[in-house]
Amino acid sequence: MAERVHKQKTSSDRTAEVADESGATTEQGDKLRAELDDLLDEIDDVLEANAEDFVKSYIQKGGE
Amino acid sequence: MAIPKVCGIETEYGILVRGGESNPVAASSVLINAYVNDRSRRVDWDFEDESPGVDARGFSYEDALAPEVESHLVNAVLTNGARYYVDHAHPEISTPECSDALQALVYDRSAEEIVRLSMALAAPLLPEGAELLLHKNNSDGKGNSYGCHENFLVARETPFGRLVSEITPHFVTRQIFCGAGKVGCEAPGYSSHEVPFQISQRADFFEEEVGLETTLKRPIVNTRDEPHCDPQKYRRLHVIVGDANMSEGATLLKLGTTSIVLSMIEDSFIGSDLALAHPVPAIRQVSHDPTLRRTLLMQSGARMSALDIQWQLLERATRYAAERGLESVGEEVGRLVLGLWEEVLQGLSGDRSSVADIVDWVAKERLLDAYSRRHDIAPGDARLRAIDLQYHDMRPGRGLAAKVGLRTFVSSDEVEHGVDHAPHTTRAYFRGECLRRWPDDIVAANWDSMVFDVGRDPLRRVPMMEPLRGTKAHVGALLEASTSISDLVERLGA
Repeated sequence: MAERVHKQKTSSDRTAEVADESGATTEQGDKLRAELDDLLDEIDDVLEANAEDFVKSYIQKGGE
Repeated sequence: MAIPKVCGIETEYGILVRGGESNPVAASSVLINAYVNDRSRRVDWDFEDESPGVDARGFSYEDALAPEVESHLVNAVLTNGARYYVDHAHPEISTPECSDALQALVYDRSAEEIVRLSMALAAPLLPEGAELLLHKNNSDGKGNSYGCHENFLVARETPFGRLVSEITPHFVTRQIFCGAGKVGCEAPGYSSHEVPFQISQRADFFEEEVGLETTLKRPIVNTRDEPHCDPQKYRRLHVIVGDANMSEGATLLKLGTTSIVLSMIEDSFIGSDLALAHPVPAIRQVSHDPTLRRTLLMQSGARMSALDIQWQLLERATRYAAERGLESVGEEVGRLVLGLWEEVLQGLSGDRSSVADIVDWVAKERLLDAYSRRHDIAPGDARLRAIDLQYHDMRPGRGLAAKVGLRTFVSSDEVEHGVDHAPHTTRAYFRGECLRRWPDDIVAANWDSMVFDVGRDPLRRVPMMEPLRGTKAHVGALLEASTSISDLVERLGA
């Protein structure tokens, strides 16, 4: 699997290679896109009701 | 010869009390005490051998670090071998020592479960109407950062200067697959208008190439020399440059690729030609460029993108695996990491959405973009910052990371088992099992020793200076046969 990594590949070669193998990639992409759509449908129920206040009140002390 | 890459992760969680007085130190104590009091008799951490002021470059620096010494507030050791404590103003969990990256991923996920259990147990203890919010993130968006640190066992004989120069290109560029993503910018001199979204939570906070600090002037390579094991043979490389990940694949890659690169450094396999001319500006430059197109100036005078550097590291790692094997990181886990490393670089080089189930910042960016399109909102809208925060929300049902389809690499059974049980393959097994079996007879524990009350003076300290001794294979039968702590100590010949 890792043998497919050739030395001195250019960015455009890699892009072409990905496009060639796009069968699995597209299937995975479709699945993720469907999940994203589902999430967008429900996200407003899950999100903080008052985003502005919540973001303003989110203050942490530095750590480590 | 590369030594086994024993590793672990320490995560400081963001904490907020809503609807009550928000004192983060008190809130962290309530959270952790609720868990520890419910779970077992409390065993405290032992500070005997802690010396965070010792520098790997060979000098000691105790005075300057006074504010860094831990607060001693709540500090417990758990039966899974982990440490759970209040550090500054955050609850923090250090996973037990793990023998490979995949095992460390299990314990990082178990730590998340421990936090969720703690939230449920602490809820009834809060004032009426108050709610504890925990976030596995690294910044509040207002210039305050807290860490997710990794630790790796490395050979003392590897010259530290070479280790620093050869690991730095990886630390600057690995964020392209293990960055957690952030709305806005906190680096001095930049505005969120210029950088509406960036790859890493943490990159804005790094100001030095190498140093001892963790809270100010944070360095890309931290030099804390506190091995918690035999200092003649080992270092513990304390890595402060990473983001806390929600994606299992990202955590696996973060630990796995770093373990392999460190092994290559120990075996003098990697070379110095990937050295960057200016690592500190480079780490921000990479983070601020989600197009991944910008190039970095190398010491050689050449220019390479972060992707180019990672392809080079992968190519060398692949050759290293073929020529030397991956025993130091676990053969099977090493192969899994190499395959995922290639997959993620392919995805980032081409159809980026194909790795949205592995790369946190890609998953977060897609969500932000899709939400912006649907509601027609512009950069700078508070809802985008709220989505960013809520991606890391630990509340069941509310955390967005759990809803974006991230790929899983460990089973829920493994994660649940890891909440109470230590890994079998490191000294954490001895620590955790002793605690599980004889909690009332353990006075204190830390990474490299335990103190037992054997029923008569004096207390007995059992040193554990080898991270790969005290495993189930090594002491399992002994623990099984021992009827009491004093019996165990006798059998150990301590």
